[in-house]
Amino acid sequence: MDCRATDAQPAEEIHRIADMFQPLSRPAELLLEPTRLVLLVSLGIFIVVLAVLVYVLLKFRPRSPEDHLEEPPQVYGSYNIEMAWTVIPCLIVFVLVLVSSRSIVEIQNHPMPEDALKIRLIGHQWWWEVQYPELGIMTANEIHVPVSTRDGKPNPTHLILESADVIHSFWVPQLAGKTDLIPNRINNTWIEPFKTGVYLGNCAEYCGTQHANMLLRVIVQTPEAFQKWAENQKQLPAEPQEALAMKGKSDFFDLSCISCHQIDSTPAEGVFGPDLTKFATRQTLGSGVAANTPENLRNWLLKPDALKPGCYMPDMKLSPQQLDSLVAYLQTLK
Amino acid sequence: MAHDITIEENYRMPEPVRAGVETGSLTRIIQELVFTVDHKKLGLMYIAAGLLFFVLAGLLACLIRIQLAVPNNHFLPPDVFNQSFTMHGTTMVFLVGMPIAFGFANYLVPLMIGARDMAFPRLNAFGFWVFLFSGLFLYFSYIAAPGLYAAGAAPDVGWFAYSPLTTKAFSRGHSTDYWTLSLLLGGIGSVATALNVLVTVFCMRCPGMTLGRLPIFVWCMVVMAFLVILALPCLSACQIMISLDRYLGAKFFDTQSGGDAVLWQHFFWIFGHPEVYILIMPAFAITSEVIPVFSRKPIFGYPIMVAAVVAIAFISLGVWAHHMFTVGMVSLANAFFVTSTLLVSIPTGIKIFNWLATMYGGKLRFDLPLIFCIGFLFQFLVAGLTGVMLAVAPFDWQLSDSYFVVAHFHYVLIGGLLFTIFAGIYYWYPKAFGKMPDHTLGMWHFWLFTVGFHITFLPQHFLGFLGMPRRIYTYQADRGWDTMNLISTVGVIFQVAGILFFVFNLIYSFIRGKKSGDDPWDGWTLEWATTSPPPEYNFAKFPEVKSRRPLWDAKHPEDPDWKHE
Amino acid sequence: MNSATTDNPADWKLPSARKLGILTLILAESALFTIFVVAYLFYIGKSLNGPYPSDVLEFPLLGSLALFSSSGTIFMAERCLHAGNKPGFSLWWGITAALGIYFLYFTGSEWHHLIFEKNLMIATNTFGTTFYSLVGLHAFHVIVGVVLLLGIFIAAIRGRLQPGHTEHVEAISYYWHFVDCIWIVVLGVVYILSVRFQP
Repeated sequence: MDCRATDAQPAEEIHRIADMFQPLSRPAELLLEPTRLVLLVSLGIFIVVLAVLVYVLLKFRPRSPEDHLEEPPQVYGSYNIEMAWTVIPCLIVFVLVLVSSRSIVEIQNHPMPEDALKIRLIGHQWWWEVQYPELGIMTANEIHVPVSTRDGKPNPTHLILESADVIHSFWVPQLAGKTDLIPNRINNTWIEPFKTGVYLGNCAEYCGTQHANMLLRVIVQTPEAFQKWAENQKQLPAEPQEALAMKGKSDFFDLSCISCHQIDSTPAEGVFGPDLTKFATRQTLGSGVAANTPENLRNWLLKPDALKPGCYMPDMKLSPQQLDSLVAYLQTLK
Repeated sequence: MAHDITIEENYRMPEPVRAGVETGSLTRIIQELVFTVDHKKLGLMYIAAGLLFFVLAGLLACLIRIQLAVPNNHFLPPDVFNQSFTMHGTTMVFLVGMPIAFGFANYLVPLMIGARDMAFPRLNAFGFWVFLFSGLFLYFSYIAAPGLYAAGAAPDVGWFAYSPLTTKAFSRGHSTDYWTLSLLLGGIGSVATALNVLVTVFCMRCPGMTLGRLPIFVWCMVVMAFLVILALPCLSACQIMISLDRYLGAKFFDTQSGGDAVLWQHFFWIFGHPEVYILIMPAFAITSEVIPVFSRKPIFGYPIMVAAVVAIAFISLGVWAHHMFTVGMVSLANAFFVTSTLLVSIPTGIKIFNWLATMYGGKLRFDLPLIFCIGFLFQFLVAGLTGVMLAVAPFDWQLSDSYFVVAHFHYVLIGGLLFTIFAGIYYWYPKAFGKMPDHTLGMWHFWLFTVGFHITFLPQHFLGFLGMPRRIYTYQADRGWDTMNLISTVGVIFQVAGILFFVFNLIYSFIRGKKSGDDPWDGWTLEWATTSPPPEYNFAKFPEVKSRRPLWDAKHPEDPDWKHE
Repeated sequence: MNSATTDNPADWKLPSARKLGILTLILAESALFTIFVVAYLFYIGKSLNGPYPSDVLEFPLLGSLALFSSSGTIFMAERCLHAGNKPGFSLWWGITAALGIYFLYFTGSEWHHLIFEKNLMIATNTFGTTFYSLVGLHAFHVIVGVVLLLGIFIAAIRGRLQPGHTEHVEAISYYWHFVDCIWIVVLGVVYILSVRFQP
């Protein structure tokens, strides 16, 4: 499925394969250290124990039918040997505990610079509300953040995680490990990406029918591109000029779209669905279920249940004319 | 001296002649099953019911894998998929794992300790029937839950049912109520049976069967029962709380009114993690019986093996929040649960090493029980190591709730528990039915199932590394998940074929199997001292025990065990 | 392990199944109560709206006295039973049941007061939720205990109590003592700790 952006920005590289072993952000890199260690230790133990198992099976396999007439020597145990294989695992556990504790503190209690970008990420069934409280920006399902550099002044983004309904979980493997979005509680995490591009993530805590299609993208941009994006987001979209789009605008307010959706400086003040003020600048529809193209948008409005069965966006029984006009209007929201 | 006398004289009574009892008619059999309080019949009924639910939950798993075989699949709608994994998980844990474990405990514990029945035979029957009813009640939701509300069918909140997904606002209709009430009921049955096992072991041992001479199987069952006694009431408390929330508007987990969603997670996992060890205890139990007999050596380091299971049980009560590394606990709490979880690996490691040491220097007999136990050793090694990885919180931050976790616990529960259940069934089949299980069919079962198992679950580790979360009903084509999901689904075909061989073997061997005699494996524990199948009273005369291997003493009077203990 | 005494069948002694059974049941019940007590502790001071514990709870002096003294009376009853004093047993046992019933009456009137005069219901706030569930769970156990007590009492006054029933009587008294101990915890957590703790 082509998920390319429809706005004027150049298409960014999309990191489709969310491989945790190719982290492109500081927290994801930090947690790779203990991960590598525990993988290595486990591999070592695996090889040793497997070798012993195979040796035992081969060495003591039955050799002839008469072999069983006599019982082997009866050995009941040996305190020395047992002590040895109690002490060695203890030492391994000790090392692992120290390394993971250090890493936990390092990642979890990482100091955020005063000027770190703050983003409120609020989970809904089944979409993400994204707020930039300092910039006064409200959007959905796509987080834009500036890129950081490995050496030089770090430029991390502080994510404040909340939920409007049930528990969700933020997980973009190449950027950071997961942290849950829990109603009635505020969680924190941070990302500090080193490479521009689009990073894909899923909601990682089962949250109901459409858990699978609660997709998230993090769009990492150069500081300039991010600035440009932020400026654009802060401005209201231009009034529609075309007749069709103008009709679409009045349809939007006549139908009950406005009970759930918000468009700045208009009577549309609903809070149950995503903010649509700058809808046309977004790359995807329905929390990542389809690319934001006029054609997909039309299908989405016609029958949300076909793309995302069980989602809370209702089928408004729109006529073909209404569909055309609404699509035209929504396209102007950029 | 007991060990000077042959088994025949010591433990057997002539078959009772029962005039006027017409055996074999269907009504008679049903009557027997319904009214019986005999621990052996109840044990077999537990296992049979567990296997039936196993087949049901397995079919649900097939649906899940078919849906995930290719991206953007429309085989199942999302709600049906969500119901399938919820029912699959709930069934496997509560209606397959625990009942089969109780079945083995029921059948074998009295025989192994030289008792004629459980301490409370009627309570035993009560426990079984309550369990069966709770299982049927859960599945009844498919028919009944839509009811007047026409909303939902089977429960679809996941087997750990995180709040507030279970509150009225997010789970309409009655599907969650079926889940809750079924588990509440099942919990009562489980506690009843666990209590029975515990009391039986402490109060019904035959003379000489001191705690230090109990077979390790019995020790593991004691530990399992103890964990059930401590953990299941916590689950019951959780279910009572959800029911109060849903029926009376209580606020335990209502996050809109000051309730706390994370509290549910703490409460659930305080039950849930000991539950994992409840499920692995039967695996330890069966392996610790099979490996010595088929290596022809006593278990290596009996005291430390017992100490290890007891230690595992105690530590397991303090590790629950390793399921919750992602909820945002303070770093000190995270570090604490990393430490406690890693500590479990020490006694677990000791067990694996001691099993290997038991085989070392022995004369291995590659019969079906040992073969399945070797499969267990390998898979449990993998499962244990992935468990160590997940215990390291930073690793878990990436892989919690991903397919890596799915792979990990299937290696524990299928590779670990289910393989030993197969081993146990093959080992004690001759005892229960007096017929040998067919070796060739069993080998087909082993190889098909093992190969299928690894094809299905090995790739899921890598899906986790690539960021695939669990419990998603569909995924897009461009995430790099297609190939491994397809491979994973292909493995299911082999597993199903393996299970067919298993079921066929059970039936075939019952009808055609060759007579086993009373002690076909040359075993050492007391269950082999009576006839196969054992009479209702188990032992005509209470056996006397002088060591951990009473039958070894009887068979080898020149070098009895009690000289070495 | 291998001492001569354990190997002589005549010296083979095992604990009583009924006693161990009831102790195991008590262990399971303790786990159940622990969760409810922890839930109560966790939600102290977290209610979003009143009424709060300090506004509505009064120390249940008479109810507690009744329940605590019933532990003494059941002890007396048991002593009478072991001494073979059947009328004494019936008397003390009956008093125990009466005290249990009084405790239930006391709780019932407390709840009536809370519901109809103080407007505290299970759905009012997290205090109501945890209060009614914890105290209610305890009261439910008292009800079960009273039913068991009455069963034995009726059997006793009709002269149906056999020597073989001693263990049943002991099991019930264990259970009754347990219900009493739980009340100490509830009293401490609900009526002392949470009342003192101002939200």
